[in-house]
Amino acid sequence: MGAHNNYRAGTRPAPTNLILGKMNKRLIFGIMVIFIMAAVAVFAPLLATHDPVGIDLSVEARLQPPSFEHLFGTDNLGRDVFSRMVYGARISLSVGFIAVFISLVIGIFLGGISGYFGKLLDILISRFVEVMYCFPTFFLIMLVITFLGPSIINVMVVIGLTSWPGLCRIVRSQFLTLRERDFVLSAKVQGVSDLRIIFRHILPNSMAPIYVSATLSVGSAILIESALSFLGLGVQMPTPSWGNILTSGKNYIDYAWWLTFFPGIAILITVLGFNLVGEGLREKLDPRLKT
Amino acid sequence: MCPPNDDLGTHKGRPYEFIMKTYILKRLLLIVPMIIGISFIMFIIMHLAPGDPASMRYGLNPDISDSARARFNDMYELDKPVLYQYVSWMKRFVRLDFGNSFIDDKPVMAKIFSRLPATLFLQGLSLIVILCIAIPIGVIAAVKRNKPFDKITTVLVFIGYAMPSFWLALLAIYFFGFKLGWFPISGMDSWYTEYLDPFFRIKDLLWHTVLPVMATAFTGVAALSRYTRSSMIEVLNENYILTARAKGLSERRVVIVHAMKNALLPLITVMGLTLPALVSGSFIFETIFSWPGMGRLGYEAILNYDYPVVMGVGVISTFLTLFGIFIADIMYAVVDPRIRYGKRG
Amino acid sequence: MYYIAVASFLFLFEVSVLPENAVNTSGDAYVSAGIAEARILIPFLSTDSASSSICSLIYNGLIKVDKDLNVAGDLAKAWEISEDGLVITVYLKKGVKWHDGHSFSAEDVEFTFETILDPGNGCPYISGYTDISDINIIDPNTVQFIYSRPYAPALLRLSMGIIPKHIFKSAKDIKNSLYAREPIGTGPYIFKKWESSRYILLEANQEYFEHVPGLKYYVHRITPDKTVQFLELVSGGIDSMELNPYQYIYRSITKEFTSQVQKYKFLDHSYVYLGYNLQDPLFKDKRVRQAIGYAINRKEIISSVLLGLGEICTGPFLKGTPYYDETVPGYGYDTKKARHLLHEAGWRDNDADGVLEKDGQEFRFRIVTNQGNQVREDAAQIIQSQLSELGIKVEIQVIAWAAFLDQFINKKKFQAVMLGWTLPVDPDCYSVWHSESIDNGGLNFISYANSEVDALIEDGRSEFDVINRAEIYKKIHRIIAEESPYTFLFFPYAMPAVQKRIKGIKPAPAGISYNFIDWYVPEDEVRYKF
Repeated sequence: MGAHNNYRAGTRPAPTNLILGKMNKRLIFGIMVIFIMAAVAVFAPLLATHDPVGIDLSVEARLQPPSFEHLFGTDNLGRDVFSRMVYGARISLSVGFIAVFISLVIGIFLGGISGYFGKLLDILISRFVEVMYCFPTFFLIMLVITFLGPSIINVMVVIGLTSWPGLCRIVRSQFLTLRERDFVLSAKVQGVSDLRIIFRHILPNSMAPIYVSATLSVGSAILIESALSFLGLGVQMPTPSWGNILTSGKNYIDYAWWLTFFPGIAILITVLGFNLVGEGLREKLDPRLKT
Repeated sequence: MCPPNDDLGTHKGRPYEFIMKTYILKRLLLIVPMIIGISFIMFIIMHLAPGDPASMRYGLNPDISDSARARFNDMYELDKPVLYQYVSWMKRFVRLDFGNSFIDDKPVMAKIFSRLPATLFLQGLSLIVILCIAIPIGVIAAVKRNKPFDKITTVLVFIGYAMPSFWLALLAIYFFGFKLGWFPISGMDSWYTEYLDPFFRIKDLLWHTVLPVMATAFTGVAALSRYTRSSMIEVLNENYILTARAKGLSERRVVIVHAMKNALLPLITVMGLTLPALVSGSFIFETIFSWPGMGRLGYEAILNYDYPVVMGVGVISTFLTLFGIFIADIMYAVVDPRIRYGKRG
Repeated sequence: MYYIAVASFLFLFEVSVLPENAVNTSGDAYVSAGIAEARILIPFLSTDSASSSICSLIYNGLIKVDKDLNVAGDLAKAWEISEDGLVITVYLKKGVKWHDGHSFSAEDVEFTFETILDPGNGCPYISGYTDISDINIIDPNTVQFIYSRPYAPALLRLSMGIIPKHIFKSAKDIKNSLYAREPIGTGPYIFKKWESSRYILLEANQEYFEHVPGLKYYVHRITPDKTVQFLELVSGGIDSMELNPYQYIYRSITKEFTSQVQKYKFLDHSYVYLGYNLQDPLFKDKRVRQAIGYAINRKEIISSVLLGLGEICTGPFLKGTPYYDETVPGYGYDTKKARHLLHEAGWRDNDADGVLEKDGQEFRFRIVTNQGNQVREDAAQIIQSQLSELGIKVEIQVIAWAAFLDQFINKKKFQAVMLGWTLPVDPDCYSVWHSESIDNGGLNFISYANSEVDALIEDGRSEFDVINRAEIYKKIHRIIAEESPYTFLFFPYAMPAVQKRIKGIKPAPAGISYNFIDWYVPEDEVRYKF
């Protein structure tokens, strides 16, 4: 049965076996980047050199280029950009992770029951997914935020609510394939409850594309947050996020390059890291790509 | 990119054409209720959002009397119950009458058609550029898998995918437009084009198009080149390629004639998914490049509570998305050999 | 009350006086930029600034405002106001032509105002004209307006652009008429082209009745992003834009900027204020409102938020006009007085936790402001920290504009708002300060009711004598300042920047565009040669 031998009922395949087989430099780079950014976010209070929301309105303090005292310079209200970036890592990364978590919860649940139970439930949910897919996403995002007001929570919720359809489809097709497998049929015969089958049998074996999609989604969630900041609908001042530092900095693009350079690079490297890891995982886990 | 639906399933030995025809018909018929449903949801959400068009247009201006607002609401029946308003909208919609914009009273269809060409032009040109870059990159990266070319292009391509789009656009404008002065900073054409000869007019238009196309293409190359690459790799692993190589055919012939043909076929299926983008555009790029397109039209309409335009743009883009998914699914079914030739074993 | 028996201003009608530097032919182009597109090019239907500014170049009103914000004649060469103030007779300039060659006459004037007064046309400004009971054409160059009661703002209301009767008389629906998008007027610029969402192009009217405009083309370009707009300005793609304080101070000192662009500043016709909901128990006591007025350091706000580019405001009129009483002291920064007043009003810090209490309640309130206005958000934050020093806890809520209007303003569900008003040239403030405007869709959303002010407002509306009128409004200024229903904060500066090659710009209280037709570019600096 070829590559499908790896599926065994009741246990999880050890992903490490698959990954450590062939590590490539890009994957390592990606993992390192994520690790470093996460560390920055966690240790933000220790790393920040100044108060991230501390305004200094004196002329000497505003719009200063990078120096030893202000590693990344200061912005138009005299705030230290490095400290803001460091705390911004917390915000941007948590927006990414939590938004994706929300979409995972919804996507796996709906995709799972739709793929497993099939028939009417499947049709209903699939139509619902298509509706969500067709809904102009930006329309939805803008309206929800106008309704609920821009806050970190709402941003996370809204991004999560708009990214679950893609995940749902993946989960569903995985479940459709796997529910015909012997190990599932044998579990059914043994009288194992449906819920248990879904979560203990099928789901662990279908995680591969979910990992890939989730990783890529974190990257795009961070990008969506920055796009929302561009519209003024993202995380609100004075709380720093990479997106809103970049947005308020863009007005000084020809005068104070550091206000756009650092947040832009940070977003770039972080999203790149997630994309490389996601792609790397896809290479490892997709049996069709094996030589 | 999301994998297309593969719920064609097995149909117990019925002839292929019959399966396809019923499938196509079923899907096409479904589009209509979907549009109705989605338009209803959009309508409700718009009306539930706090705020109203009259306030947006006439709010807090001491010279404007309250009667102006009342008249406005009266004229557009905005005080009637939401369902009533939806039904009136529906009645006009089936005659393809989207009404007039609340902002400047122009017919919605006229506004859409005045902006559509700009978006089509930009997105179409970008698509061509993306295809011309992504496909070769994908093919070569697959053939030279894990060699330096593959590794480097992967990273390069992902950089475009990982940048916040407005930052990318601004950097392009700043360096190539502002600092180097090679291209105009924004806009679709110069105001004085009508005083220029046709040749210079075309050059003016093209010069204005370079930066926006560059920015759009840079972000779009990633997905397509990765998809091409993985499709190519899959094909290169197939038995018939092995056979072709065993027969002694040159590597070049193998790749170009045999492999590419089959690798690119699935690409057609995802082309359907690019249909909505052709029309809806990216309002971030349109804002920064001052490009007079559909993206900005929809965005500004939402901000101004311009219900007719929002509904018009929303319905059109919904329709195109549904249609695009439909095309993609059909092509996928057409192209997927497992369905074409029936399931084996 | 004394009426001026005949108020005639005889302007030099047949012969127009050319300014010293004017040229006889037009050249070059002036490219202005805006974020939003114009909507409709009919003067009495346009409510957005882009449409209004383009209309002001295509059309003329009977009256206009001169550089010192005084009334001057545009299409009118003279006018008379009757003793009882009920009849205004306007003598029109002769020989004025529409852009299509037809002659302008009193019939166009009558037609325009009848159209405005027709409720079927939905003119939003109709309330400014409802006091007109009749319009008579005395002769082709003389029009008479009969009012049902004396209405002092009437003169300035006659600055509304006049539309051509011969074009519109057969139009069923004005706003959908072709000429709403391809207008014909009498003004200094003729409409040439409107490329939707890209630009509007106007060409100088070589037959303009004053003199030929110095700049041949006027272009209004749409640049939705402000950063890009600035880059366009410095690289020469556009010729003018409005600067914000940061651009004025920091970004306009680069060599590229100073070599090409000239910046100007004048007092903007608007002010920013903190308004209190007078129905809220917290703010019913005048002493509390005054105390907050003393506790706020306006100088600090102006220097940090506006980078010094603004002036303190003490009342609801424009500084520098006869209606603004400069002797009103306003509320200087005096924390001792503030504490004293609060103490008198019953607010003490009994438990020494840094927060004032009264009857067991802490002194905390919420300031609401709208999204998208950085100046107001920053000012609110500074006020927050200034008031906390006094033991007042302030919370700031920033809301999207539409929701803000709908849920907070219209429903009056707020404690304090940070907002601004633009100040029209006429000081009539009925819709903002009269008690009748509290309901009925008026703009008195703080619920201010003072019968003395009500009477003064009504008097001001019917007093034609300029000096007497000014006294009335000065009184209003004094009373409102004392009662402090708003804490008036500041007037910001308007800071336009224009390319240096354009000459003839003279900043005045009215701004810089009052003499736009006198602007020109010297031969050797012309940029656009079309």
